[in-house]
Amino acid sequence: MGKNKPPAKYSAAGLLWRGLRKQSWPRVWREPEFKNSYDVVIIGGGVHGLATAYYLAANHGITDIAVVDRAYLGSGGSGRNTAIVRSNYLTPEGVAFYDRSLDLYKSMSNDLNLNVMFSERGHLTLAHTDSALRTMHWRAEVNKLQGIDSSVIDPAEIKRLTPSLDVSTNTRYPIMGALYHPPGGTIRHDAVVWGYARGADAYGVDLFQQTEVLDILTEGDHGSGRVTGVRTNKGDISTPIVVNCTAGWASTISAMVDVQLPITTHPLQAAVTEPVKTFLPTVVVSGSLHVYVSQTDRGELVFGASVDPVATYNMGGTLEFTEELASHVLELMPGISKMRLLRQWAGLCDMTPDYSPVMGPTPVAGFYVDVGWGTYGFKAGPVSGEQMAACVATGETPHLIKPFELSRFTEGNLVGEKGAAAVGH
Amino acid sequence: MLLVPCPNCGPRNAADLSYNGESRPRPDPQTCSPEEWRTYLYLRDNPSGWLVESWYCSSGCRKHFTIERHTLTGELRTPILPGSKPGATKGSTK
Ligand SMILES: Cc1cc2nc3c(=O)[nH]c(=O)nc-3n(C[C@H](O)[C@H](O)[C@H](O)COP(=O)(O)OP(=O)(O)OC[C@H]3O[C@@H](n4cnc5c(N)ncnc54)[C@H](O)[C@@H]3O)c2cc1C
Ligand SMILES: [Zn+2]
Repeated sequence: MGKNKPPAKYSAAGLLWRGLRKQSWPRVWREPEFKNSYDVVIIGGGVHGLATAYYLAANHGITDIAVVDRAYLGSGGSGRNTAIVRSNYLTPEGVAFYDRSLDLYKSMSNDLNLNVMFSERGHLTLAHTDSALRTMHWRAEVNKLQGIDSSVIDPAEIKRLTPSLDVSTNTRYPIMGALYHPPGGTIRHDAVVWGYARGADAYGVDLFQQTEVLDILTEGDHGSGRVTGVRTNKGDISTPIVVNCTAGWASTISAMVDVQLPITTHPLQAAVTEPVKTFLPTVVVSGSLHVYVSQTDRGELVFGASVDPVATYNMGGTLEFTEELASHVLELMPGISKMRLLRQWAGLCDMTPDYSPVMGPTPVAGFYVDVGWGTYGFKAGPVSGEQMAACVATGETPHLIKPFELSRFTEGNLVGEKGAAAVGH
Repeated sequence: MLLVPCPNCGPRNAADLSYNGESRPRPDPQTCSPEEWRTYLYLRDNPSGWLVESWYCSSGCRKHFTIERHTLTGELRTPILPGSKPGATKGSTK
């Protein structure tokens, strides 16, 4: 049973009090009892599923919700990403959408009363060719028209912002300029997951971990008809509304109701070094070199790249990735050649043909999707939760996500974001 | 590393080939509707399990061929194209 109110406050006084008395902290969310009926069942306990549950409760007063995850909350991409947020996309639809997410991220620590460590440090996308530079100008102009702080800067300015970058002209891929986006930065992804989980729980949303959806129950024809419930390893739940928030696994869930998605699942790998003193003040992305890097508050360098080319649901890492990564990073920052990698890992990405998400209703009544998050879904968590909640609560697709409906693929209205999302996430 | 059995060149590192993805029947562009054509272009089964997929031996014999691969375990089953050697091979995804 929930308390139906926003989560209790964490405070400095409370921290001191517990610290002095060596009290342990209470569990952050309940382990609820499994009920056999809910108003809404959300599949996937990542940032998207949890944010959708939170905003359904906070904005629409719908609290009879189960969020089910077959592993633990944040075990998917939400706990594996490189935590970059930005809104300097390429299409007007994309820019408006991601910018709303940045707004929600800015007030999140207050709204959820949990420090998500938003570091608005600035985001650089390097151009090493004339054509890349042209795309940067294009993006900057689209961004400016919509009031986004975004501009193209020259190598001297890049050097001033980020002295460790090699901007000399005698390299294999000389840096010719960059798209500079001051509001971009990083956020602690675990805190975002826990913040939404804690907030949703306080409103009475039931969160079930180790609960795998095995089938979706429907009446009427397959591929149309309507949702009546879900079958899990813990038993059946009857519900009129199911929201698919399973990212890399989205196709496996949609197949249960015969809804085909424009998605293929590819692994994206990342790696992190030992910590060193802070020297890299911005997030740096290089499309031509297929690499991006930022430095955490602890001093580790976090690296990522584009997705692996072969579709797979296997999250193992590869040596090819590390080798390529190292050679490309050293091209940008020769000074870090002695640093050691601590870890590498992978997560599954639900890639779409146009690098934009798939959101909203499907031909099966009561079956909603919030998928196709590819390599860019972390930054979109808040706005997706807010808009999907509105979509489910009102039965109408809000204008901010209307361009991302599943029907755009058969209607031929793609929202091409590849130029802004293939390498920088 | 994934070893992909090219029917002509034998097992090759996946990085030496181009991945075309899921094999799907191509509708006749003369007679199909735009919706059918876009469905063919964009929609995928994307199963976590056995998948029939197409590869291009870009740095070898330059032939397209089809294999069946398990997208979770990386195992391979009998290649489908004529001229390929039948029998299950094991690929590793290490
Ligand atoms: C290495 C890496 C780096 C990235 N970097 C960035 C970045 O810098 N910026 C950015 O914006 N995005 C980034 N992304 C993308 C981002 O992480 C994802 O798009 C986002 O986390 C998706 O969140 P989600 O909540 O939709 O899904 P997920 O967090 O993946 O959650 C899906 C959940 O569904 C559950 N599930 C699956 N099947 C079932 C089932 N049958 N029953 C019940 N539960 C099930 C899974 O256990 C999982 O917890 C990155 C991704 C990776 C892998
Ligand atoms: Zn060959």
